[in-house]
Amino acid sequence: MPAIFSYLLRRLAILIVSIVIAAAVLFLLLRLLPGDPANALVSVGADPEQIEAARRQVGSDLPLSEQFVRFVSSLARFDLGNSFVSHAPVLPEIGKRLAVTVPLTLMSFLLAITIALPLGIVAAVKADRWYGSMISVVSQLGIAVPVFWIGILLVTVFAVNLRFFPSGGFPSRGWQRPEAAFEALVLPVVTIAIVMSASLIRYVRSAAQDVLGSDYLRTARALGASFSEALIRHGIRNGAVPVISILGIELASTLLGAVVVERVFSLPGLGSMLLLGIEQRDYPNVQGVLFISTLLVLLVGFAADLAQRIIDPRLRGRAAGSDR
Amino acid sequence: MTDTNLVAASPEGRTRRSWTFTIGAIIVGLHLVIGLSTLFWTPYDPTGMSGGRLEMPSLSHLAGTDRLGRDLFTLIMIGSRIALVVGTGAVIIGGLIGITIGLLAAFASRTLDDILAASLDILIAFPTLLLAMLIVASSDGASLGTAIVAIGIANSAIVARLTRILAKRVLRMDYITAARISGTSWLGVVAIHILPNIWPTLLVNLALQFGLAVIAEASLSYLGLGAPPPNASWGRLLQEAQGTVYTAPFGAIAPGIALVLLVIGINLLADGLRDIGDPTRRRRR
Repeated sequence: MPAIFSYLLRRLAILIVSIVIAAAVLFLLLRLLPGDPANALVSVGADPEQIEAARRQVGSDLPLSEQFVRFVSSLARFDLGNSFVSHAPVLPEIGKRLAVTVPLTLMSFLLAITIALPLGIVAAVKADRWYGSMISVVSQLGIAVPVFWIGILLVTVFAVNLRFFPSGGFPSRGWQRPEAAFEALVLPVVTIAIVMSASLIRYVRSAAQDVLGSDYLRTARALGASFSEALIRHGIRNGAVPVISILGIELASTLLGAVVVERVFSLPGLGSMLLLGIEQRDYPNVQGVLFISTLLVLLVGFAADLAQRIIDPRLRGRAAGSDR
Repeated sequence: MTDTNLVAASPEGRTRRSWTFTIGAIIVGLHLVIGLSTLFWTPYDPTGMSGGRLEMPSLSHLAGTDRLGRDLFTLIMIGSRIALVVGTGAVIIGGLIGITIGLLAAFASRTLDDILAASLDILIAFPTLLLAMLIVASSDGASLGTAIVAIGIANSAIVARLTRILAKRVLRMDYITAARISGTSWLGVVAIHILPNIWPTLLVNLALQFGLAVIAEASLSYLGLGAPPPNASWGRLLQEAQGTVYTAPFGAIAPGIALVLLVIGINLLADGLRDIGDPTRRRRR
């Protein structure tokens, strides 16, 4: 299929340009904001010589353009620098943190889809029944609730009162003790999944409503297909297209939810690394975490766009980026 | 003007009252009254002890007391004011920046517009809260002001993208060409044709942004990046209450209820605005 191949190439070009722009935006944001990163290295009463030495060490004495070239070239070599505080290289530390954040995000995402798909379809098909409209109302409420509050409530009920799960923390040996690691992630995963599925249900519902009101479904029924037959053969593929593009965005915001939820349950993931980096003014760590999470978000968007083209042949002829 | 004739006034449109708008207005109005009243009066001194520590809710302390013996209901009332200030401030900042950039992109040359659109997409992909965290963290010391500015800037990308799309749609209309030919300046076109046309949709979006800003500020405060204590927001109250959730779970519930109520109220208001909608219909009344 040459159409999808040329689309892939164009979309890949957009992805690469986006990554470069993201790196530039991140670089400018961190440099334009007040305060020299070198200040984090020296104590309060440092003399000018020490500050100068620190600036040379960090590289903030160089002109901005040269700093940017250095930044990009080290990024290209997958070198995110060393932490100011622990002096450990940033990338391996991020890798270690991702071992918590990625399972947390993916499991929440899968659980949210498992909850939202059937409920969203029921809300559309049975909109005239009390439970159909009930689902819609509850999902409406769900988007007004901050994710950390759901976390606190779940801790109050399931960790404090019922003592089913730990209220926070992660086994120090990590995934070497899988059952303990899973147990530590149950409440965080449920927390994120509840909030995510609330907004997902609304998209699934409106996609399902479009399918139900469509001409092709009516035609299929007129040609003798049963309701469920028509829905399975024609409805799912058509309804999936808008849902998948939303899923990409939702997966990205799950990552953000993970940052906050990691604080609620004191999990040693990417979010807590970012917060610690901010508290300690550890610029390389902050920069590294933000770059990697932006990269993940862009990759997810890329995958979602591609999946959409594969499912919907009608989109394949269109140029990349024209759907904006 | 031709644009008023695009949508015919429906007979129901004249009398239709949106119930979502009414309920939303009542909830937000209640928060407004409570929030403003804290400027003159609070049930107890918000900084002083007014009872035992971690008391259960009672008639004298409607929401109980916190770990320092402060009346939680008083603190929640003040939180109401903070949330309204944050929402208003962030929406004004995000709206001003976003609408300006969006209009510029709509008027810009094709290349510049493409670049702006792509940058906006990336900024939107960058989660609001991360951006706000970055700005708060690099400014010296967290305060309510930095939180508002940060959330406003973070939200402006979404407003900008929406403005750009809406404005481009209007710019394609024949009456814009007609206005230009008859000598109206671009600024005049913006003021007379574009803003009035895109305003209803923008307003609904800004109302939703208000709710998101309240949640974002609560999250920042919860993470310890919000305003320091005397101006404590609901997020900080919840963070403090999480430490005592074993002995006094109520403190971790009440501020959250207040927050969710306000955001739901705002969202209902936005829904109602969408229902009442079209200014073209309103003008014909």
